[in-house]
Amino acid sequence: MMFEDLRDLYQEVILQHGRKPSHGLRLAVFDADAKGDNPMCGDRVQVFVRHDGDAVAEVGFEARGCAISIASADLMAEAVIGKTDADIADLAERFVAMARSGKTDDADLATLHALAGVSEYPSRVKCATLPWMALKAALVGKGMASSE
Amino acid sequence: MNAIAKPGLDVARIRQDFPILSEKVRGKDLVFLDSAASAQKPRVVIDAMVHCMEHQYANVHRGLHWMSERTTEAYEEVRDSITRLLNAPDRSHIVITHSSTEAMNLVAFSYGRGVLKPGQAVVISEMEHHANLVPWQMLRDATGIELRIAPITDAGELDMLAYETLLADRKVGLVSITHMSNVLGTYTPAARIVQLGHQYGAKVMLDGSQSVVHRAVDVQALDVDFFAFTGHKLYGPTGIGALYAKRELLEQMPPMMGGGDMISSVSFERSTWAQVPHKFEAGTPAIIEGIGLNAAIKYVEAIGYDAIAAHEAALTEHALARLSAIEGLTVIGRGQDRGGVVSFTLEGAHAHDVATLLDRQGIAVRAGHHCAEPLMRRLGLDSTARASFGIYTTMAEIDALADTLDRVRAFFT
Repeated sequence: MMFEDLRDLYQEVILQHGRKPSHGLRLAVFDADAKGDNPMCGDRVQVFVRHDGDAVAEVGFEARGCAISIASADLMAEAVIGKTDADIADLAERFVAMARSGKTDDADLATLHALAGVSEYPSRVKCATLPWMALKAALVGKGMASSE
Repeated sequence: MNAIAKPGLDVARIRQDFPILSEKVRGKDLVFLDSAASAQKPRVVIDAMVHCMEHQYANVHRGLHWMSERTTEAYEEVRDSITRLLNAPDRSHIVITHSSTEAMNLVAFSYGRGVLKPGQAVVISEMEHHANLVPWQMLRDATGIELRIAPITDAGELDMLAYETLLADRKVGLVSITHMSNVLGTYTPAARIVQLGHQYGAKVMLDGSQSVVHRAVDVQALDVDFFAFTGHKLYGPTGIGALYAKRELLEQMPPMMGGGDMISSVSFERSTWAQVPHKFEAGTPAIIEGIGLNAAIKYVEAIGYDAIAAHEAALTEHALARLSAIEGLTVIGRGQDRGGVVSFTLEGAHAHDVATLLDRQGIAVRAGHHCAEPLMRRLGLDSTARASFGIYTTMAEIDALADTLDRVRAFFT
């Protein structure tokens, strides 16, 4: 297979979530949202959040972007359900650290480890982190996040 | 200019002139299909720049010593080469800039603020690079000069009827349109654009950043008023470009930047400007880069534009045939008169993913909006992948691109 050596970046889980995201839609009811914009490449994502008490109950997103950014948004939506805003902000920081370093030693990020491969591709790190930037912006009431 | 048309181009020999082409990328032979972003440099350009720094370097236009005089001669020779390249009447028409972006900003600033009047309009097209769009927005916002956008057809050609309609009220003072689209590969009908502009009383600038790489340009035959190009796409170094302008327009225009080199005399009360073109060239110029560009122009002239254009036409035809045969691939831009820049989308795969997979095979393409976001919106796209060709591009490299794209598609579906 010609691209076998790219499986570190495009693992099956990424291809699946990139192709058919489960959370790739605007929520009918949401209490927070924000857009994320990568002006260098044109990727755009809008994240919608619905809380139930202190915890996030549901996340949806609308995105136009590459497989990495869509898969990252989808995996993020699954990873943050049930967590508080503070926990999510912490998780976002750890995710960004993983995307930059490629280190998969953080057990809390287990479902997101598939995205650690982007660290080998500096121009693609922002594809993976953009949805998290948008989610963080939504949770603090900022409408817009930029990858830059 | 070579008077004798050369039958073809010895690509194998040309490739030997470009040291970088023997580099490996990710263990694979480099297949460099991103020349429209910036072209690679032949040995003669590299050597000229190194020779300057090792043997013949000092500041120019000011020294009375041997080194400065020799360096001034070597640097100023590029103005003669550009004059020849564009068939300008003489070297006083050539303003040396750091880029085509600077050249167009110079016109937007000096001609836009110094000569155009509020109530007048500037026309650009829907397929401009940001460098030929943003300066005009800045002019509009600063002066109230109207900005009009000439539409393109779905095939990616300038809509000439709509263009003429925009000129009809004779309020347009300046037209600034690309000579070759960096996204669609379309050559615009430059002579007709200029002629129509003049018919309605407008001056006309062409953005020649892409066109001058592929085709002989004759500014006198085109009767164009301003022509901008950059060196680094023409196998020269970065940081050097030029603006051709008609002499009487340069005379009318105030300088954009003040400083050394652009003055005639300076006192605390007032200063007077140097003659054109020097009044637009404040500060120490890009000396080494100018010497490099001079070598690049001579290199291109020695190959000859007939051979270059024929090679590019053959490459483009082959690329369009091979790429169009790939299932799910759409070539963006189907202009009748087009050159070696081919943008495409691949169903089911985003352009960035396509570029990353191609890169893994050593194939360098560009992906994104290509500094032309409004054009992308016009086309209903966020991004495309773009393969672009140079004098060193081979048919085998286009085959490698097409073969790999077939597999990219399989990977994502």
